[in-house]
Amino acid sequence: MQFADFSEFIAMGGHGLYVWVAYGVAVLVFAFNLVTPMLKRRRFFVEQARQLRREELHASDS
Amino acid sequence: MWRWFHKLGSPKWFYAISGRLLPWFSVAALLLLVIGTVWALLIAPADYQQGNSYRIIYIHVPAAFLAQSGYLLMAVAGAVGLIWKMKLADVVAKSCAPIGASFTLLALITGAVWGKPTWGAWWVWDARLTSMLVLLFLYLGVVALQSAFTDRNQAARASALLALVGLVNIPIIKYSVEWWNTLHQPASLSLTQRPSMPAEMWVPLLIMVVGFYCFFAAVLMMRARVELLERERRTGWVKEIIREN
Repeated sequence: MQFADFSEFIAMGGHGLYVWVAYGVAVLVFAFNLVTPMLKRRRFFVEQARQLRREELHASDS
Repeated sequence: MWRWFHKLGSPKWFYAISGRLLPWFSVAALLLLVIGTVWALLIAPADYQQGNSYRIIYIHVPAAFLAQSGYLLMAVAGAVGLIWKMKLADVVAKSCAPIGASFTLLALITGAVWGKPTWGAWWVWDARLTSMLVLLFLYLGVVALQSAFTDRNQAARASALLALVGLVNIPIIKYSVEWWNTLHQPASLSLTQRPSMPAEMWVPLLIMVVGFYCFFAAVLMMRARVELLERERRTGWVKEIIREN
C-alpha cells in the first residue's frame, strides 16, 4: 500500500486530477463498449419477436 | 485445413462457439482488470521522477496496444473478406472499427492528461501523437464508410480498402519514437527486451494489457454476434434463437 490514508490516495501527490480523469475516461470507454452491443442485441430480439408474432397472426388469418 | 476454414466462415458455427467462449473471456477480463487496477493504483510504487502521475501508464499503454492490434485485425479481416468473400470476416472487420476508435481516443486522452504534468503541454505535434491521431481518423473513416452504403458488400469493400491503405500508418506509429525527435518516451514493454522498469511496476502493466485484450475479445464477439443475427435473421437457425428468447 503506497498511501497512508484515503485523502492521500485521492490527492495522488498533487496529480490527483490527472490520474482520476484518465481512469474516469477509461471507465466511460469500457462502459460504451459493453452497453452498445447489449442494447443492440435487446433491440434486435424485441423487433424480431414482434415480427414473428405478426407473421404467425397473418398465417392463422388466412 | 480448407474444411476448417469453411467451418470458421459459417455464421451458425461462429455464433455457437463464440457463445461458449464469451463467458470465459468476460470473467478473465473482469478479474485481470480489477487486480490490475488495484495493483496499479495502490500497490505499485510511485515513479521517482513523475510521482503518481505515471499511474496513467496502466491505462495509456494497454489502450494504445489495443488501438493498433485492433486496427491490424480490422485490416486483415477486411482483406480476407475482400479476397475470399467471407461474410464472417466482413462482420469482424465492421465490429472492430467502433471498439478500436474508442480505445484510440482513450490512448489520446490519457496521453494528454499525462503529458500536461510531465511535459507541461496537453498536446504537441510530434510524430507519435500525430500518427495516433491519424489512426483515430482512419477508424472513424471506416465507421463512416460502413454506414454510408445501403449495400453491405459495397460497404465492406470500401472500408476494407481504406483499412488496408491505412495500414502504412501502423509501422509509422511504432517507429515514430525512433525515427523522429520526440518528447514521447520509447516503448515500456517489448517482446524482445527486458522491461526498463522494476517488476513491481511492469507486472501490473502486463496484467492490464492482457486484461484489455480479453475485454476486446469479449466485446468484439458481442458486437459480431448481434451483427450476424441481424444479417442472418431470415435463416432457420436465427429464427430458432428468436423463438427461444
